[in-house]
Amino acid sequence: MALLQIAEPGQAQAPHQHKLAVGIDLGTTNSLVATVRSGSADVLKDAHGVSSVPSVVQFKPDGAVLVGNAAEEASSGAAAGAQNAIRSAKRLMGKGATDIDGSWLAKHYEFDLTSGSLPAFVTDAGPKTAIDVSAAILNTLKETAEQTLGGDLVGAVVTVPAYFDDAQRQATKDAASLAGLEILRLLNEPTAAAVAYGLDSEEEGIVAIYDLGGGTFDISLLKMKHGIFEVLATAGDTALGGDDIDNLLVAWLLEKAGVHSLAGAREEAVTKQYARSLKEQLSDQSTVSVDWSDGQGNTWAGQLSRDELDTLIEPLVSRTLKPCRQVLRDADVSREEVRAVVMVGGSTRVPRVRERVSEFFERPVLTSIDPDEVVAVGAAIQADILAGNKPDSDLLLLDVTPLSLGLEIMGGMVEKVIPRNTTIPIARGQEFTTYKDGQTAMALHVVQGEREMVEDCRSLARFELKGLPSRIAGAARIQVLFQVDADGLLTVSALERDSGVVASIDVKPSYGLSDGEIERMLRESVDNAGVDMQKRILLEQKVEASRVIEAIRSALQADGDEHLSEDEREAIDQHILAVENTLQSEDRDGIKSAVQALEQVSNVFVERRMNASVRQMMAGQQVDSLG
Amino acid sequence: MQVDLSSDFFDLFGLDQQFVIEGDALVARFQSLQKQLHPDRFAAMSDAEKRWSMQAASHVNEGYQTLRNDLKRAVYLLKLKNVSIDDETDTQMSPMFLMEQMECREALESAGSASDPLVALDAVRQQLKSGIQEQINDFSSAVEKKDWIAARNTVRQWQFLEKLAREVKITEEQLED
Repeated sequence: MALLQIAEPGQAQAPHQHKLAVGIDLGTTNSLVATVRSGSADVLKDAHGVSSVPSVVQFKPDGAVLVGNAAEEASSGAAAGAQNAIRSAKRLMGKGATDIDGSWLAKHYEFDLTSGSLPAFVTDAGPKTAIDVSAAILNTLKETAEQTLGGDLVGAVVTVPAYFDDAQRQATKDAASLAGLEILRLLNEPTAAAVAYGLDSEEEGIVAIYDLGGGTFDISLLKMKHGIFEVLATAGDTALGGDDIDNLLVAWLLEKAGVHSLAGAREEAVTKQYARSLKEQLSDQSTVSVDWSDGQGNTWAGQLSRDELDTLIEPLVSRTLKPCRQVLRDADVSREEVRAVVMVGGSTRVPRVRERVSEFFERPVLTSIDPDEVVAVGAAIQADILAGNKPDSDLLLLDVTPLSLGLEIMGGMVEKVIPRNTTIPIARGQEFTTYKDGQTAMALHVVQGEREMVEDCRSLARFELKGLPSRIAGAARIQVLFQVDADGLLTVSALERDSGVVASIDVKPSYGLSDGEIERMLRESVDNAGVDMQKRILLEQKVEASRVIEAIRSALQADGDEHLSEDEREAIDQHILAVENTLQSEDRDGIKSAVQALEQVSNVFVERRMNASVRQMMAGQQVDSLG
Repeated sequence: MQVDLSSDFFDLFGLDQQFVIEGDALVARFQSLQKQLHPDRFAAMSDAEKRWSMQAASHVNEGYQTLRNDLKRAVYLLKLKNVSIDDETDTQMSPMFLMEQMECREALESAGSASDPLVALDAVRQQLKSGIQEQINDFSSAVEKKDWIAARNTVRQWQFLEKLAREVKITEEQLED
C-alpha cells in the first residue's frame, strides 16, 4: 500500500509535492478518467489500453464485480449472466420508486422497491442501487488512475449534468464515498467542457456549450474572459440523450421486421448495440445496409438512409432546442452575441443534430474538439488546481444553480427562495411563523423546480423542526436559511430568532440516503472488502488530525499574536495538546471529537485572519487603481 | 459563524453609497474578491477554512447580485437609509400612474388574441421599458434631494412595472414554445 500523502498547510516551507488528482466523466453510457501531468491533460487508459469505459456493471453471485468491457463480455456469454449487466444506471440516480413506474428502465430491468429506501436493481448478488453501480464504476476508474500514476489519489473532480437536481448530485457524492474517492468538486459537464475549450482556444466572449450525452442534455451559456468562466444561464433535460436515439432505431428495426418484442435482456442489448453502429455509420455515409437478426429466427435486411434517420430523430432534436431558447432568454443574450457554439458528447456527431443547432444559433457549430474527452479533460484541469498543484492559477469558475429552490407554503404552493441561474455559492433566508398557539414543532418541505404548485416540483426533503419555544400563534420568528455550496448542493438550517434556539432538525431526504443509511452501506462494503479497512480509516484520521494541527500551528506562528488575546491563544494551545494526546491512541471517536473541539475553538482565529487578509487585499487594490 | 467582511455591500465593493455606480468598478471588484475567496481556492484546506470561504463567497455573490441590478440596488439603498418599502400603512400611488398601468395590463391581456401577438407584446414591453426609465430618473433625483418618501413611492411604482414586465416575458415564452 502506497504511503498516504500528508497535505501541506498554506504557507509550507517544504518543497511543493505534486498531488495526484483526476477528473472523472461519469457518463450514462461511457466513463473516463483524466489527469494533468507534465503540463498537459491526458485521458488515462486501463491495463488493456482502453480509455473509454462502458458504464456497465455486473454483480456476480460470488461477490465479484465486473465493470466496463469485462461486464459487456461476461454478459454476452451465458444467458444467465446477461440479465445482470446493468447499463445507464445514471438514469436512476436521485430517483425514487414512483419515478420508475412506466419508465424505460422499468421495461428493461427488474427492481426491488421494498428492501431499502431507494429502488434497487435485482442482481445475482442481491439488490443493488444506482449508487452501488456508480460506485463500482468510480472504483474501477480510481484503480486505473492509481495504478497508472503510481500512488494514492488525493481526490477527484467528478462531473454531473448541469441540470442534475439536488438529489441526483447527492447520489453522485454518495457513490464517491462508497468508492472511497474524495470529491474535490462536483463540476457541471458543460462548464468542464468550456474550461477545456476556453483554455485551449483562448476564446473570449459569450459561448454556448451544447452537450448531448448518452442519457442527458445540457445547454449552458458562459462568458469567458482572462481565465474567468462565468455561467450566465443553463438549462437541459436529464432524460434525453443518445440512448433515446438508439431506442428509436431499435423500435424502427422491430417494426420493419414485424417483431413485437425481443426475447430478453441480452437480445435487447445486442440489438441496441447494432442500432448504435448503424447510427454511427450514417455519420459518415448517406446510406447503410441493414442485415439484422434477433437470434430467435426473426430477421430483416434492407437499407437505412440518413434522411430516414433524420426524420426519425426530428422530435428528439427539436426537444433540445426549447432549453436553448430558454437560456438565451434567461441570460438576456441574443443569438448574435454568442461567439461560438461548442458541441460536446458523442451524440453531437450525428449530422442532423449539427445542422439543426447551427440553424438555431445562425452560425456553424464547432466540432474540432473531441466531444467524448473534453469533459474529462476539463475536470482534470480543475482537479489539478483544487489539489493545490497550481497555486498561481488565475482560473475562476462561477457556476449557477440550475433549478429554483423553494419551500412549500399554505395551499400547496411553492415560495421560491433561490431562483434558478443564481451564481453559487449563495445563501438566502426566509422567515416563517407559527399558526397555532403553543405550537412547538413545524414541518418544512423543500422542493426544487420552476412550477407554482408543489406537486409539479421535485421534492427534496422534509424537515421537522422540534423544540420551538411555546408562544402564541404568529409570535415565533423562524429563520430558515438555504445555503447552496460550490457543488450545487443545498443545506437547510433553521433558527428561532428570539430565543436563538436551533430547533432539532430531522432531515428525511425524499430520494436519497439518510446519514445512517450511507454509514451502514460503508460499513457493509468494508466488511465485504476482506481488507483491514478499519486500520486504514484510523490512519487517515490521524493524518487529517496532524494536518489540522500543522495548519493551525503555522498560522499561530505567522500572526497568532496579532489576532488573539493571551487567553484565546492558551485555549487553542490546550486543544492542540488534547488532539496530540488522542493521536497516541486507537480511539477513532476520541480523535474525531478532539479535532472538532480544536476547530471550534480556532474558528474565531480563522475568521479574523481571513478578514484581515481581505482588508489587506482591498487596500492593495485601491492603491493599484490610482495608477 | 457570522461573516463580517464589511459594514455593507457598497463598502464591500469599494463604492460610494449612492444610486449611480460605476458598473466596471463593481465587476472588477467582484472578480478580484472571488478570485481570493471562492471555495475553489480553499479545496485543499481545513474544514473551518472551507466553511468560511463558502460563507464569504456567498456574501460577495449576494452583494454583487444586489448592486448590479438597478431595482435591487435602489431597494437596498433605501434599506440602508432605514426606509422600508413594505410599510403597509402608506400605499399611495398616483391615480395617473394607476390608470396607465391598467391600460398596460389590458394591452397585455389582449395581446394574446391580437393578429400578431408577439408584435403586440413587444409594444407593451417597450412601453414598460420607458415607464421604468422614468421611475429610475425620478428615483435618482429624489435620492439627490434626500426626499426619501418620494424615493420610496417611486420604487413601489417601479416594482409594479417590473412585475408587469415579467408577465410580458412569461407570455412571450409561452407563445414561442
